[in-house]
Amino acid sequence: MNDAIARTEILARIRSANAKPKTMSAVDDWKALPRQYRQQSTRDLASCISLLEDRLRDYGAGVHRSARGQVSAGIAAILRQRNSRQVLVPAEIDRRWLPQQFAFVTDTDLSHGELDACDGVLTGCSVAIAMTGTLGLCHADGLAPEQRAGRRALTLVPDYHLCVVESSSVVETVPQAFEALEPYKGQPVTFISGPSATADIEMTRIQGVHGPRVLDVLIVD
Amino acid sequence: MRIALFITCYNDTLFPETGIAVVRVLERLGHTVDFPAAQTCCGQMHYNTGYQAEALPLVRRFVEVFREHDVICVPSSSCVAMIREHYAKIAVASGDLRLQADVTTLLPRVYEFTELLVHRLNVDDVGATYPHRVTYHASCHSLRSLHLGDVPLRLLGKVRGIELVPLQKLDQCCGFGGTFAIKNADVSGAMLEDKLHCIENTQAEVCTACDNSCLMHLQGAIHRQRKAVRTEHIAHILASEGGSAEPRKDTV
Amino acid sequence: MAAPNSAADFPSAALPLLRNVQLRDNVRHATDVIQRKRSRVVGEMPDWEMLRDSAQRIREHTMEYLADYLEQFEQNCTAAGGQVHWARNAEEANRIVIKLAQNATASVIKIKSMTTEEIGLNRALEAAGIQPVETDLAELIVQQSHDRPSHIVVPALHINRHQVRDLFARTMNLTQLTDRAEDLTEAARAYLRQKFLQTPVAISGANFLVAETGGVCIVESEGNGRMCLTLPRTLIAIAGIDKVVPRFRDLEVMLQILPRSATGERMNPYNSIWTGVHPGDGPQEFHIVLLDNRRTEILRDADARETLHCIRCGACQNACPVYLQTGGHAYNSVYAGPIGAILTPQLALMREGQSLPYASSLCGACYEVCPVKINIPEVLIHLRGRIVQQQPQLQRTFGLEAIAMRFAQWLFLSEARLRLAQWIGRMAQKLFIGNSGWIEKLPGMLGGWTRTRDLRPMPPQSFRAWFEKRSESSTVRNQGKYE
Repeated sequence: MNDAIARTEILARIRSANAKPKTMSAVDDWKALPRQYRQQSTRDLASCISLLEDRLRDYGAGVHRSARGQVSAGIAAILRQRNSRQVLVPAEIDRRWLPQQFAFVTDTDLSHGELDACDGVLTGCSVAIAMTGTLGLCHADGLAPEQRAGRRALTLVPDYHLCVVESSSVVETVPQAFEALEPYKGQPVTFISGPSATADIEMTRIQGVHGPRVLDVLIVD
Repeated sequence: MRIALFITCYNDTLFPETGIAVVRVLERLGHTVDFPAAQTCCGQMHYNTGYQAEALPLVRRFVEVFREHDVICVPSSSCVAMIREHYAKIAVASGDLRLQADVTTLLPRVYEFTELLVHRLNVDDVGATYPHRVTYHASCHSLRSLHLGDVPLRLLGKVRGIELVPLQKLDQCCGFGGTFAIKNADVSGAMLEDKLHCIENTQAEVCTACDNSCLMHLQGAIHRQRKAVRTEHIAHILASEGGSAEPRKDTV
Repeated sequence: MAAPNSAADFPSAALPLLRNVQLRDNVRHATDVIQRKRSRVVGEMPDWEMLRDSAQRIREHTMEYLADYLEQFEQNCTAAGGQVHWARNAEEANRIVIKLAQNATASVIKIKSMTTEEIGLNRALEAAGIQPVETDLAELIVQQSHDRPSHIVVPALHINRHQVRDLFARTMNLTQLTDRAEDLTEAARAYLRQKFLQTPVAISGANFLVAETGGVCIVESEGNGRMCLTLPRTLIAIAGIDKVVPRFRDLEVMLQILPRSATGERMNPYNSIWTGVHPGDGPQEFHIVLLDNRRTEILRDADARETLHCIRCGACQNACPVYLQTGGHAYNSVYAGPIGAILTPQLALMREGQSLPYASSLCGACYEVCPVKINIPEVLIHLRGRIVQQQPQLQRTFGLEAIAMRFAQWLFLSEARLRLAQWIGRMAQKLFIGNSGWIEKLPGMLGGWTRTRDLRPMPPQSFRAWFEKRSESSTVRNQGKYE
């Protein structure tokens, strides 16, 4: 098979270009790579959260706060304000979050067309990065229900995304987020930083292209 | 201190007044200037144009000529950049271990003119007077190879009577680039226009820099377009004592 | 070997672009905006230089152990349900993709990918009867106007909104379309939505491959990437073999430096990472084509292999004063700007694009902003050396430039000869001095200089002559006066 010939040849060419004998194994050499950049947090949680808020707003996301136990009321207020009726939720969502007066559509292998017919989607968040205003969405088994975001199409097709972020999921730096996601590194991960955007026409930033055009974040203390 | 001057080939030929100004500043500060007469060129033009084999003998010559000199002053940051960034590599490529060792001992002895004043001689006031409106153009090599930072501005800041005006887009190349100005004359010319525009906006009488190569480029367009601003190497300003004592080009 | 066409292509391609005021305005505006944003978000990172150091070392390390990491990637991706293909060149890569897509679909949706541009995939697909639909807004604009991308990150920066309006009005049949960027974007959204929902095969590039997990990472802004990576049944990714990072954790460096360098954002809106096939989530068939296409040749050249460290952020283009004047098209290549000037000729085995390494004033702005610290000026100089070296013997011996260089060297190897040359120069220049007292027109190669600039004549006395005279008289020396 052609593929196999190509594979053998490419690997051989690389090895011949790298023929100079190595003093260390790949693993040891990797471990010795310099990593002087910031990894740990220098802020307390409260100031991380306010930084997160600031960075999310900077991207044009809506930011709301809610006390623990008030999540459902907070969600209801936001959905009412956004006038969202058909709201998707992943099957594993924390049901206590869902306010009574709304009809939620639970994702049970819905078709893409069915997803497209929904107004919005409500999910949890696996990790939130304060410095960049980023929401890390993952859907691995080990994650708590409030940290799960459903399969990827869920947070993509509907035009509106409401993401609930538990304060315990907030970290300050990007390396901290990768540390948190390390156990789930084989699972699909999506990092979202504000609603989709383009600057392709004359560098004018337009918010909302193909992904959800409106993003709300509810931070739970 | 005895200071050896490497005038550089193009200053020697085209801008002798810069060398004279350097000598004047250093002597005014009480130093003795040597001029090893066998010096010619650092090899930058050859090296940067791709004629690296041709550059090697010039590198050897430079190392030889300045072997015995402890402090070498060069009024051109691009030539210093050539020496600092490339000599070691050239020596390694030559396979000549002695040359490699020689280059290693050479490098710490080479100083760009303003760098020498501020970092080696620890002077920022050289006793100059220059009552003119001046803008400073940071050459790419002074900025990104030598990382001179505010060194030239510290010197200029102490000059009596000077009015310094900041130049917009300071970090943008003037478009000289050695043979680039010839091989890509049109693009180079467009870059030059941009730079000239920024210089005119300062309404300065004089544009100065650590490199006559950039200034020659700017001056070429200024003269062609009959603009009012003129160019002067920084050594000229630092050598000036104001009024009639100011060195004049036509005295050379 | 084809004869080198040293410094011929870029300068002549640049000429009409320099006269295109509209294009230059667009390029200037776009690069200005990105540069400003970039320096703001880079400025707020106190550890930026440390990130660059790490990124540089990660890339260097990956190249040193590249074969191991590719095998690791292959093994892990396969274990996760992906299918790994290898292609030595563009033709093999295109053949693999076509074979995979041919029986499944009549059209494919595509994510912006420099690699697929490099291999000319769209042309190959069309020839095989498969319609590629670009889904990145800028790429869509470029594709529909049968144009070429002019920038790595903002491929349509040479086209303004009025031009986009006229284009979309025609291709999407929207006669009422305004030229507001919002409306144009909305039009593209509506146009592409059905294609996303219905097209069974998507084609993407890749920003990073993770050897440790077999995962792939794609960085984007519009969500068209996520659509392509998530909705179709089959996903085919094409990645240069240089795209690997050793471990998942290495992305913590790459995803900090890439967005800040590319678009001046703290983080771009969407980053997707996936590994093979995830049951119930996304495409259930995943292929990745690992492409050499002469990258292994670049790896062979110790002085140029850092070219492969590039993560395609485009920061060097935005910083480049040459690119600023011409835009991307002058480079006549998929990869423009400083990175294009070193990558393109190497991908062509130094047989084409030989004018590109000369399309730089060596100002170093590219190196300064490069997030993985590729010393582009160094590589440019090295490639110039290779171009000179590979000149046919005749040109290397009798070419005008070669003779000039050897002659200059001969002068510089003797003080006496240099003095003589200075004297001759002072005599000869009289032929060229114009009415203004300056040199206004030079012959031959040097004529480039006097096209827009004059040259002050050589003064009557060189510095060395002055110094010598002055040393003869000790009184003058003591006074430190001029004459």
